[in-house]
Amino acid sequence: MSLRKFVDKIKPNFEKGGKVHFLYSTFEAFETFLFVPNHVTKKGSHIRDSFDMKRNMVIVVMALIPTILFGMWNIGYQHGLSIGEDAGLIQNFIYGMLRLLPIIAVSYIVGLGIEFAVAQIRGHEVNEGFLVSGMLIPLIVPIDTPLWMIAIATAFAVIIGKEVFGGTGMNIVNPALLTRAFLFFAYPKKMSGDFVWIDGLSKVEGIVDGFSGATPLAQVASASTPEHLDAFHQQTSVFDMIIGITPGSIGETSFIAIMLGAILLIYTGIGSWKIMFSAFVGGALMGLLLNVFAPYADNVYMQLPFYEHLLLGGFAFGMIFMLTDPVTASQTNAGKWIYGFLAGFIAILVRVLNPAYPEGVMLAILLLNVFAPLIDYYVIQGNVKRRLKRSKVAKAK
Amino acid sequence: MSKIIKIKKGLDIKLKGKATETIVEIPMSDTYGIRPDDIKNLIPKGVIKPGAKVKAGSPLFFDKYNPDIFFTSPVSGELTEIKRGDRRKILEFVVTADKKNEYETFKQASASSLKKEEIIENLKKSGLWTKIIQRPYGIIANSNDTPKAIHISTFDSAPLSTNYNFTLKNDIDNFQEGVNILSKLTSGSLYINLDYKIKNNIFANIKNAEITNFDGPHPVGNPGIQISKLTPVNKGEIVWQVNPQDVVFIGRLFKTGKYDVSKIIALAGSEVKTPQYYKVIAGANIKSIVIDNVLSENIRYISGSVLTGTKIKRGDFLGYYDNLITVIPEGNHYDMFGWLLPGFSKYSVSRSFFTWLSPKKEYALHTNLNGGERAYVLTGEMERVFPMDILPLQLIKAILANDIDAMENLGIYEVVEEDFALCEFIDVSKTNIQDIVNKGIISMIKEMS
Repeated sequence: MSLRKFVDKIKPNFEKGGKVHFLYSTFEAFETFLFVPNHVTKKGSHIRDSFDMKRNMVIVVMALIPTILFGMWNIGYQHGLSIGEDAGLIQNFIYGMLRLLPIIAVSYIVGLGIEFAVAQIRGHEVNEGFLVSGMLIPLIVPIDTPLWMIAIATAFAVIIGKEVFGGTGMNIVNPALLTRAFLFFAYPKKMSGDFVWIDGLSKVEGIVDGFSGATPLAQVASASTPEHLDAFHQQTSVFDMIIGITPGSIGETSFIAIMLGAILLIYTGIGSWKIMFSAFVGGALMGLLLNVFAPYADNVYMQLPFYEHLLLGGFAFGMIFMLTDPVTASQTNAGKWIYGFLAGFIAILVRVLNPAYPEGVMLAILLLNVFAPLIDYYVIQGNVKRRLKRSKVAKAK
Repeated sequence: MSKIIKIKKGLDIKLKGKATETIVEIPMSDTYGIRPDDIKNLIPKGVIKPGAKVKAGSPLFFDKYNPDIFFTSPVSGELTEIKRGDRRKILEFVVTADKKNEYETFKQASASSLKKEEIIENLKKSGLWTKIIQRPYGIIANSNDTPKAIHISTFDSAPLSTNYNFTLKNDIDNFQEGVNILSKLTSGSLYINLDYKIKNNIFANIKNAEITNFDGPHPVGNPGIQISKLTPVNKGEIVWQVNPQDVVFIGRLFKTGKYDVSKIIALAGSEVKTPQYYKVIAGANIKSIVIDNVLSENIRYISGSVLTGTKIKRGDFLGYYDNLITVIPEGNHYDMFGWLLPGFSKYSVSRSFFTWLSPKKEYALHTNLNGGERAYVLTGEMERVFPMDILPLQLIKAILANDIDAMENLGIYEVVEEDFALCEFIDVSKTNIQDIVNKGIISMIKEMS
């Protein structure tokens, strides 16, 4: 019996009047996962593009694969460094994979569980948005985050961040980033400091003497003299930053893996290159400004070369994968330039000048998510004013 | 040298089954009909009862709110049926042809000897006034208005569309006469808009008009796009548009005094055996045209283009404003993992499929939605195929919210449904955008009346 025949056979149970009609949305989600449905156009354009939301989301997940794979290896490698053993490429990768998969599983099970339940209650189709959010969440948390925290934070973000607004397409801030913000403010000890970024370090067992698990940005932020900065540069080269052999959130460390994803997003047109490009311009400009004023201030962080800001921390990951979320970004083309630029600009500003925490990308993106509708408002008013002006010129004739 | 206006945004969808330029003469259809639903914002009131004899040009019905605008019979014979649907809504006026081709007589005179009022009266009586469409809204023009311009787009850029340079080449004198007549109705100019790609354009030497060349992808042939580039419609302004085929009818009316709506139409699409042109009379039953010239059973007949046409059945009539029948496969089948597999043979504007590998390939697209309906998630997509200074997604959202002020501010006066056809084609959220725009236009008409 073919799969299609099987699906057709069990379908009546889920339809109106069927025994398990209350599970219709769930059934439909699985059915449409297996088969693009046989729905045809009724009016308007009789033919439609082959591109749909599922494919859109799956391509974003594909763009994340390089960072996932690199993140897995880096978990193992950093763990090895902390206990003074190098287990080799494959071993490191398998170690990291075994540590990361439970986090991914928890994120998907909690998030999709809520999505399915809400779709059922509302009688909607299940939205695909969480396919991406569920993969982003594991990549932006420290490896030592307990699973139960991820479960709570995911539930919070999906319910309060998304479903209360009406689901995918209606939310104001990026749900994955809201998960991280929730963790950051609810459990700050587990989201910052020098011990959470490397697997097993917070337990302090069998750690090599004098080993520091601080992220590069934490090291720079704690530098009190230019000599400290030099020491940091001797320890971490630009090459390391590009490849990403540093402690940090799971998916954020490798610039090159992130750029591979960026190329796919830009090439398929799914991620807005306007936002990505202007965000990097904004970040670089703020970095430069800080470099220019560094000699007049006693903040050593300001001396970090501007291009290293773009390579370090969550900058690249945030600007490529999170800032470009079309739902929470500016929706107008002109607005995208402003939105991207400000996000990059403010991210570096917060990162360097805020004394409490060495990173600013998350807060900058959340801030711009909130401001995106305002930016759009002015772009739209510009369009409206052009039309009114044309009308006045025509009347004056 | 006439002006050239280039348009960059848009999309030419390459489809299989373009009509070859041969004209087939076929016997007259037994029945002819008009569907009031083809005409926007119309409430039809019958003039005569079934059983009455008619000639070509005899009134069949009129618009309840404009009782002097008649819709007339395309052929002589007998009004045999007024088909009704739910709540007695009129679906079709069916005329059985006597095949004698008798005509009502209307005024016959040249443009120079006629006053504006005489022209309007002749057009209204003959039924040809209904072919003059006004912007905003894309409804039948109001004869009390004087438009600031009249536009005739001499080409249709939609996929597989009729080539008027071919179908009207023996009617160019009638076309010129139609232009002479229409140019008396505007306070500004009459614009003839040409396809820049066509060499030796038969419309290039038309007098009494301003000639402009347009170059670029579809929707470059839409009057709405051309109007927005030449004489944009501001609030309170009126512009008229007329299809070139209908200009020919108007020319014929004033030259011969007859309502002669015989025309050459295209039969195209991947499911047609030999796509070609046919000589027919407006409103013909498509069964008389298609006969057995199709490849399979599971197909969709469309009166008009694949982007904007009306879904009809075999045995229905050619649409009131249509010069094209398209036949494409129905897409009522399941596609296992269609969203996940590479899909080398599928067509998509996005680079997530491999359409870009073979830019010249022609596709046989079917009617599947290719996905489920969703909230609007992606942005910046519609702007790529929408060559006006209008924010398409924001306008659509204003319409969904039924916010009259926002619709007005965002440019609803400049657009009609067909201008959004490509947005609908590429929409990842699979919504019926032309239907949404239609609702917006209808609520604007109600609000403003």
